[in-house]
Amino acid sequence: MNVGLVQALLSGLLMGFVYSLIALGLSLIYGVMDVVNFAHGEFLMLGMFLAYWFSVLFRLDPLISIFIIIPLLFVVGVGVYKGLIKRILNGTRISQILTTFGLSVFMANMAMFLWTPNYRLAERTLTRATGDLPIFGVHVGIPEVIASLGSIIVFALAYYLIRFTRTGRAIQATSIDSEGARLVGINIDNIYAITFGLGISCVGAAGVLLATFYYIFPYVGTFFSMIAFATVALGGFGSVEGSFVAGILIGIIESLGGFFISPAVKYAIVFMTYMVVIILRPATGLFGW
Amino acid sequence: MPKISRKTVLTVLLYLGIVAITPLCSKAPFYRHVLIMVGLYGLLGVAWNIMGGYTGLYSFGQSAYFGIGAYTSTMLLVKAGVSPWIGMICGGILAAIVAAGVAYPCSRLRGPYFTIASQAVARTFQILMTNWDYVEGAIGIPLPLMADTWWLMQFKGKMPYHIIIFSLLGIAILVCYYIERSRTGYYFRAIRDSEEVASSLGIDTVRQRIIAAMVSAFFTAVAGTFYAQYVLYIDPESVTQHALSIEIVMVAAVGGAGTIWGPVLGAAILMPISQYARALLGGAGRGIDLILYGIIIMLIAVVRPTGILGFFQRKPAIEGEGGDDIGTTITASTGTDDEVRGSAGQS
Repeated sequence: MNVGLVQALLSGLLMGFVYSLIALGLSLIYGVMDVVNFAHGEFLMLGMFLAYWFSVLFRLDPLISIFIIIPLLFVVGVGVYKGLIKRILNGTRISQILTTFGLSVFMANMAMFLWTPNYRLAERTLTRATGDLPIFGVHVGIPEVIASLGSIIVFALAYYLIRFTRTGRAIQATSIDSEGARLVGINIDNIYAITFGLGISCVGAAGVLLATFYYIFPYVGTFFSMIAFATVALGGFGSVEGSFVAGILIGIIESLGGFFISPAVKYAIVFMTYMVVIILRPATGLFGW
Repeated sequence: MPKISRKTVLTVLLYLGIVAITPLCSKAPFYRHVLIMVGLYGLLGVAWNIMGGYTGLYSFGQSAYFGIGAYTSTMLLVKAGVSPWIGMICGGILAAIVAAGVAYPCSRLRGPYFTIASQAVARTFQILMTNWDYVEGAIGIPLPLMADTWWLMQFKGKMPYHIIIFSLLGIAILVCYYIERSRTGYYFRAIRDSEEVASSLGIDTVRQRIIAAMVSAFFTAVAGTFYAQYVLYIDPESVTQHALSIEIVMVAAVGGAGTIWGPVLGAAILMPISQYARALLGGAGRGIDLILYGIIIMLIAVVRPTGILGFFQRKPAIEGEGGDDIGTTITASTGTDDEVRGSAGQS
């Protein structure tokens, strides 16, 4: 097989794990709360900038600061839920769309205002210095490998939390039938807050991991939002396992599109994938339940 | 055809009066520029409203149609010397055809799914335009400076532009007014309030949604042509960018989606804020108008989802069950019609 193709497949796979983690947060929030978080990518941006500032101001490697940023973003997520999302849960569709969209516009431009539109790279990371890793004759950047391994670990932790803990079972119950969950004594409000915080932590963690090798700029979130929508549509809105597989697929579709057609249009291919999936299998994606 | 009442005549006279008097208040070019922007975004908001406000398809990808309008007339002018007026019609028709092509497969999508799909289309369009060499890709096209004539829609002063954009806005408002009072308007709102009920009453919901999308895209493209002629330079960044789509939704939602004058009011409120914020703060205030927009839109959505006009229009647009002002003037998303698949496609 062609070395370039293997290279493209491998980098697509590595990026795919990160997409899975981003999509998990979106899918979780949708599945449990029935709210599409249009500001999802902006929380990724926030995670990236936090990692950047931790690395610049405190000389902390993103792989260390991630242990601070994940809880921090959980708190941010709970705060956003209590202050904003809670008020629109029973609102109309358009008010839900506009609210999370307004949040995304606000966050992206606030970042623009505070941190200028400059492209940045996190400095002094342990991971950057170590360069390439040759595997079977192709080269992959060690930051990419670490980011995808990190994404798998965080995904696995979130999966464990959702599937096997008491809180996770309450989240699942709420997702299936919130009224029923309320009747058996689950505090729905707390579950929503935890879910939102968890979703934001996941996407923020992906942001921190991306910050080790990806450009950081205020509008970075909008592209990742679209990719996350495509991933979640493919995996089925609300499906945890679907997010994982779909993330990998989207990563591979993107890099193969870049390889076979042109890197300039690879996102167009991802967006068209979204269109095709949403039209052919609107409600369930490929693996929806 | 609705009867022309005294109220209608008064409204038309008031509109003409305001349009005629406002530019005379100050000769400052910037002031007149702000007025033209109010007209432009008013037109875009009214166009969005035909689709979003009346049929409940919340498009966040109007920039694609704006771009089609701007690029069609500009390419016709630059490559073939065709008058922008003809280009405006061609662009509008082309955008309407594209909108029909997008709306047909997407017509089963609801709420957020349609919103995401419209964004995906617009972003794909932007990527394609950025990479298409025939239209100069990311470099953009400067329009050649020609004679100061109506035929070529190029003027040294701002007054002719003012007259053109407010005439176009007037036409769009008339169309909206006509739709609201016609059978089609009732179909639109019936679909928005409940797809299933509308469908069960024998309304061809797909067809009505496509009509709404086409009319909306037509006017958005017309605005795109106007923009190209006004600024005399277009590139993918300026005419197909995502921020444009956001601003369009913003003016409609702030003023009041689903009302005729809401988008115009929204443009009249938001455009001066954003233009003056940009002018006053310059580079330091980069994005500050959008920060304000973000806050305003969150407040509106949480506190008053009917938009500002909702404060004044207490009367529900449609009488009937659940006819409280919020439910009918903006949307009535009952659990059933939010499902991603509509009445069809259960497989």
